[in-house]
Amino acid sequence: MADIGTERKGRAQAVAMRLWNSRWLLAAGFVAVLMVYGFAGMSGYVVLLAGVVLVAAAMLPAGVARQSTENAAAIEASGLQRLSGEYLAAAVADPLIIFDRSAAIVHANAAAFAAFGGIAPGMSLSLKFRAPEMQALLDSILAGNVASDSVDYIEKLPVERAYRVSASSVGHATDLYVLVFKDQSEARRIDRMRADFIANASHELRTPLASIAGFIETLRGPARNDPAAREQFLQIMQNQTSRMARLIDDLLSLSRLEMKPYLKPGTEVDLRQAIDSVIDSLGPLAKENGVVIERDFAEGPLDVPGDRDELFQVFENLLENACKYGQSGGRVVVSIMRSDSDPEPGIDVTIRDFGSGIPEEHIPRITERFYRVDVENSRTQKGTGLGLSIVKHILTRHNARLSIRSEVGKGAAFTVHLPAR
Amino acid sequence: MQSVHIVSAYDEELKYLSKRIAAMGGHAERMVEQAVAALVNADPELAQKVIRDDLVLDEGQREIDDKAIIIIAKRQPMATDLREIVGAIRISADLERVGDLGKNVAKRVVAVADGRQPNSLFRGLEALANLALTQLKEVLDVYASRSVEKIGFVRDRDDQIDAMYTSLFRELLTYMMEDPRNITPCTHLLFCAKNIERIGDHATNIAETIYYIVTGDQMPADRPKGDKTDKIILPATQPAK
Repeated sequence: MADIGTERKGRAQAVAMRLWNSRWLLAAGFVAVLMVYGFAGMSGYVVLLAGVVLVAAAMLPAGVARQSTENAAAIEASGLQRLSGEYLAAAVADPLIIFDRSAAIVHANAAAFAAFGGIAPGMSLSLKFRAPEMQALLDSILAGNVASDSVDYIEKLPVERAYRVSASSVGHATDLYVLVFKDQSEARRIDRMRADFIANASHELRTPLASIAGFIETLRGPARNDPAAREQFLQIMQNQTSRMARLIDDLLSLSRLEMKPYLKPGTEVDLRQAIDSVIDSLGPLAKENGVVIERDFAEGPLDVPGDRDELFQVFENLLENACKYGQSGGRVVVSIMRSDSDPEPGIDVTIRDFGSGIPEEHIPRITERFYRVDVENSRTQKGTGLGLSIVKHILTRHNARLSIRSEVGKGAAFTVHLPAR
Repeated sequence: MQSVHIVSAYDEELKYLSKRIAAMGGHAERMVEQAVAALVNADPELAQKVIRDDLVLDEGQREIDDKAIIIIAKRQPMATDLREIVGAIRISADLERVGDLGKNVAKRVVAVADGRQPNSLFRGLEALANLALTQLKEVLDVYASRSVEKIGFVRDRDDQIDAMYTSLFRELLTYMMEDPRNITPCTHLLFCAKNIERIGDHATNIAETIYYIVTGDQMPADRPKGDKTDKIILPATQPAK
């Protein structure tokens, strides 16, 4: 009720404001009506005089106000004159590049630097944006054929991004041009995600579904009156359905990650605490597999910029893999080291198992979706073939690197290098 | 980029040359991208478009050759300018080859599209193409920015491309041994993979040329060992079912 009351009051106020703002129009209309009446009637002059007096009276208090608005406009205009293009460019959230007649970059705002690494004032735009449609856009703008134009520009690598790029000339005869990139990746990615999800999901879900369908057929047919077989088949079917559920969970989490390939900046993660909680949460699994998890953490603070939940997922996946596939080694070593010698200083987290290792020819490909080194083994360990794919996605978002070293028979080491910024 | 010459038309000519190289690079990148997309999505129309687009690159190379020779004849360039011009000739030749390789991949789309291969193979090819294209993109970005100190990445990427190619090679052989009906498409895919791997090599060549243009020295010669497919032998037995 109170809400409605305030809302009504607000609306009344808005109406009053609107009336007040258009008071001149109203007054003029009123005067005009009076004048019409005046001309129609006989005592025209009297009414006209009254009208003039009315207008003059109305002008009086407003005269001051009008003057002040004029002053403000003057200040604004001189401010606009003095406003440097640099500030204006910085205030634009989209990447914006100002360039001259020879297509050399004059100024780029911070968003442009963030979006397109390796640009610098003086560099030629046509050398940086080589896609045919961008070349055509630059050519037509610089040749003066059109004052402004826009194209769709898609960058595939390293992360797919789609932009609506508009180019136009700035002011009169300044010989400067501006290029504004409007990010449309989100919409595109949603489309892609839908297509990918259907393709992947239908392919991977078909296998368990086919086996369930087969068992149902058997249960209704030959095994109808065989309680032992029924129990066994129902068990298999239950395993298959839980596999499908896991698969859908992983697919959804991967799709969610693909939706937002950029990371929100500003949050710090304490790796020591994050990894401790990963180890705690995987304690039961390690015990079940007969694996001992050893810790080897460096001293001092171990903070990196990143998203805690996502990094948790990375180390959980890696440690889970180590426990499952490195089972025969009996132990897994988790170490956190500072690596300052690297060109990019940061923190290395290594998860090392002493199991059977990964054959060399599989290493470059194990982060692909649904790529499995050993299909049988992966199925028995309840793997979905998506774990490392998720790991890779998260790490790309963190600007981090995953390096894998392995020797058959001696185990595998997954090292995550997280830059300290 | 270059120091200013007394004859400003000379600067214009040199700038035009690098602009044309960049345009060719953009075309080559687009062709490879579309060729691989056509292969993965079994899209013969896109493949035809790629094949037609190759003419643009041939034309570009001829134009750059002509222009470069005219500049050499007219301006008698020295030092950086001469390296810039000779470099442009070499890079345009490499880019033209990249276009040819893309075209070759596109030509095989029809042959591969007949029998649908396992998805994982295409995913592997896509990943290989992504590596090669990233390499090409980064190299051309260095051509734009002239920051050759970043050129070390080329070697690392080359290693990754080789490892990926070796892995694909092995997988394709396995598929062929499983079922002789796979031999035709798999052989075509093998050539596609080889072509994509070659694109990475051309990108490395371009990187070396850029290094030479900017520094005047040859890039230190520790070439990576290359792919290991020459040593892959699979046993001639039927794999266990």
